Amino acid sequence: MSTSTKTAAARQDDHELYRSIVLEHARSPHNFGPLPAATHAADGINPLCGDKLALRLQIDAGQRIKDARFEGTGCAISIASASILTDEIRGLSLREAHGVFDRFMAMLDGDTAATGEPLPRALRALGGVRQYPSRVKCATLAWHAMASATRERGDKPVTTE
Amino acid sequence: MSSLPDTPLPADIELDVRRDFPALQQEVNGQPLVYLDSAASAQQPQSVIDAVSRYQSRDHSNVHRGVHTLSHRATEAFEGARDRIRAFINAGSRSEIVLTKGTTESINLVAQSYVRPTISKGDRIVITHMEHHANIVPWQLVCEQTGAELVVAPIDERGQLDTDALFALLDERVKMLAIGHVSNALGTINPVVDICRRARSHGIPILIDGAQGVPHGSVDVRAIDCDFYAFSGHKMFGPTGTGVLYGREALLDAMPPYQGGGDMILEVRFDGTVYNELPYKFEAGTPNIAGVIGLGAAIDYVERVGTERIATHETRLLDILMSRLAEVDGVRLIGTAEKKASVQSFVVDGVHPHDIGTLLDEQGVAVRTGHHCAMPVMQFFEIPGTARASLALYNNEDDIDRFVSALTRAIKLFR
Repeated sequence: MSTSTKTAAARQDDHELYRSIVLEHARSPHNFGPLPAATHAADGINPLCGDKLALRLQIDAGQRIKDARFEGTGCAISIASASILTDEIRGLSLREAHGVFDRFMAMLDGDTAATGEPLPRALRALGGVRQYPSRVKCATLAWHAMASATRERGDKPVTTE
Repeated sequence: MSSLPDTPLPADIELDVRRDFPALQQEVNGQPLVYLDSAASAQQPQSVIDAVSRYQSRDHSNVHRGVHTLSHRATEAFEGARDRIRAFINAGSRSEIVLTKGTTESINLVAQSYVRPTISKGDRIVITHMEHHANIVPWQLVCEQTGAELVVAPIDERGQLDTDALFALLDERVKMLAIGHVSNALGTINPVVDICRRARSHGIPILIDGAQGVPHGSVDVRAIDCDFYAFSGHKMFGPTGTGVLYGREALLDAMPPYQGGGDMILEVRFDGTVYNELPYKFEAGTPNIAGVIGLGAAIDYVERVGTERIATHETRLLDILMSRLAEVDGVRLIGTAEKKASVQSFVVDGVHPHDIGTLLDEQGVAVRTGHHCAMPVMQFFEIPGTARASLALYNNEDDIDRFVSALTRAIKLFR
């Protein structure tokens, strides 16, 4: 990353990584808590820091995500990412959720050739993590848990019944 | 040119050796680097870099076996470093200085070659709650292999060892006491001399994990009176991939080799192999010659600065660091033992250590964040991790000023 980018990013009014929407989700995460009706579950562990997120999904017979919640400890980036993830995938089919996963990962890889619909604004706000390679794992923790919980990796073709 | 004169300066003269360390002369993210992560790995003085470079560019060859000039030079330099290490920790003999790739390998060597063959179900290994994973997991492996039990001595809220509780654990069932000299996560200096005396009265062998002990002051293995002392080169201004195991000669002599290969044998026959003498019996394969030569140069450097001066300087800085940090709103110090090395962990209300680390890095300040390979310590304090500032001989008050103001700015973003 360039020095100038990060120096500019250090300005508090326009922080590349800790954008205000990210900080809001980190301070008051959405969908935080248990999900007794969960049908799918996975834990995401960040070996860098030992942080652990438990993602719980309720998926109906039509392969649609009815509810998504999470619990655990983590840095602002991993908590905000989990909060935004659970907001965004609720109501989506598994195929649609995996499509969002692919486009989110492509954004963090800096892959501008990615096709498909543009990501929702809250997800784009996490794009700043691109400039902070050591923090990408924080942003993807909940997403890998989602992929694992639904037994599909986002980088493989998604098959639904 | 080094800033140092040929003879050590008196301890009361302010230490100013920053210019000896080229890595500290750079800007990071547009700001002069403030390096507060020496407990993870210390920077190297130019004299170490030069010693390694001289060997690589002029003397490189394999050690011990060649008759040609370069092999002779390499062997002289390599074995010369072993002699300096022996003198540095006041071991009785060069046979007691086994060169390894780090503290971790040194501890695993003792676990597998000394403890494993002599321990069984019903026996115990005692460690403490403040150990680094390198002084936990090797013993867990031995316990799995033998059915022995790992017993953990408790610590208190300040991060100090409960020595009464430790002493109460010492009985005839204990076949090894393994304890850190200085806690990497908490900075606590353990009373190793008292502990060794007590363990010795029960006939219990002792290993000291000195990874954090050696960089902060003089270590005298005979005064400590331990059986084994393990440390790494890169935490005391030498290259990575170098480590030392000091062991009492009688114990090392009786131990089987840790690894087999070249250099650790006198004669190899298919009907039986004769192992080499100490310390080579434990040094199979071509060693990290350049690294060990660099470690020798690092010891020369530390001795020229003077271990007492280093200790005085670090103690003064630690006092300043602790009091300045305690004034920052929302900061809680983790590790406030009465006797501490210049390492300070802390947490900030409502801000995860990783976020602190990233925001400090943006301002050119390098600290470590996370569990510091001491997850049981984090479990004890019921925190996911800490941010940790560690000071070495090249840090100064400016570094602390820069760190505290960067931290204050970082916290402000989250308020």
